[in-house]
Amino acid sequence: MEGMGNEALGYLGAGIGAGLAVLGAGIGIGNIAASAAEGTARNPEATADIRTTMIIAAALIEGVALFGEVIAVLLVLK
Amino acid sequence: MKRFSAFRAGEFARIAILIIPLLFGIGTIARAASSDAGHGEESAGDVIMHHILDSNKMEFDPFGSFALPKLVIGGFDLSITKHVVFMWLAAIILLAVFLYVGNYYKTIGSRKAPGGVANVMEAIVQFIRLDVAKSNIGEGYERHMPYLLTVFVFILVLNLLGLIPYGASATGNINVTLTLSVFTFFITQVAAVKAHGIKGYLAHLTAGTHPALWIIMIPIEFIGLFTKPIALTIRLFANMTAGHIVILSLIFISFILKSFIVAVFVSVPFSVIIYLLEIFIAFLQAFIFTMLSALFIGLASSHDESHEPEAAH
Repeated sequence: MEGMGNEALGYLGAGIGAGLAVLGAGIGIGNIAASAAEGTARNPEATADIRTTMIIAAALIEGVALFGEVIAVLLVLK
Repeated sequence: MKRFSAFRAGEFARIAILIIPLLFGIGTIARAASSDAGHGEESAGDVIMHHILDSNKMEFDPFGSFALPKLVIGGFDLSITKHVVFMWLAAIILLAVFLYVGNYYKTIGSRKAPGGVANVMEAIVQFIRLDVAKSNIGEGYERHMPYLLTVFVFILVLNLLGLIPYGASATGNINVTLTLSVFTFFITQVAAVKAHGIKGYLAHLTAGTHPALWIIMIPIEFIGLFTKPIALTIRLFANMTAGHIVILSLIFISFILKSFIVAVFVSVPFSVIIYLLEIFIAFLQAFIFTMLSALFIGLASSHDESHEPEAAH
């Protein structure tokens, strides 16, 4: 880490943080989509309900990921 | 046949009106990027931030710009900014559309199907009424319909205004989204107090646990009240801002790399795809905000005494 100023470490932290946030959100939304596809295949009549639940859950997870992204952007800009 | 060709001419004129400012806009970005090409990356960031942030000017770029009035009342900066102008524009659009539709329903009988704009609006209103309000709030959802419908169409129009040339999306400003969430917060609390009474509302804060746990549960539940509107705020704000940043970054790739090939094969196709995705996200985020508002109101006012775990977080 020698030779890296605070600013460089800030950029590094922002990059790693954004990546981790995206990783978590990707895993979470992937799980939701997998379960939704499975549920729809098992019970096609519930497609509309499953889709609504899926969108809400995905949005909640995405919201958490976006918290991480906002913090990363703030790290870069400040 | 003649009518058909007239229709086509009208369509072409409309598309040209949309495309010409877009070309001017890209030309402006190009000039901004090339004016200090020495450090292209930094100027790209500056232009992106300039595009995202609120300002005191309305800019119509090759044609110049005009400053908006600055108002400072009692130490508070109440200037009319770009985002305020766009919110007024959205309000005017909504007033015009809904007054027209409302009058239209008075002119047609109840047995006739509506056409045109009224038909589209009927689909939206029914969607909010049945799929959002009724299925999440349940009994007594009619009381919350005006708020939910207003917030849906307002956010939708603000999101879409950010996608037209010279537009800015006011929902990409955290003050706007925070205000909208505060409305949801107060409506949720009022609905909860109305449904359970003051005593029931306070009992809710203990989550039905043993009094020995209250010292932990009450702070947690109290914080939980505020995380919901804050999550709503950040979600809408970050989604709209992120979309704009992604589109501009893709455009700027070609300026940073100074390559026409990148522009043709990367910047333009990818930004068009993201742009189409943004149109979808404009609808989705308006829907999500309304849906979660309805969900919070429904959870707060549900008469179920089993204290079911909260769906959010």
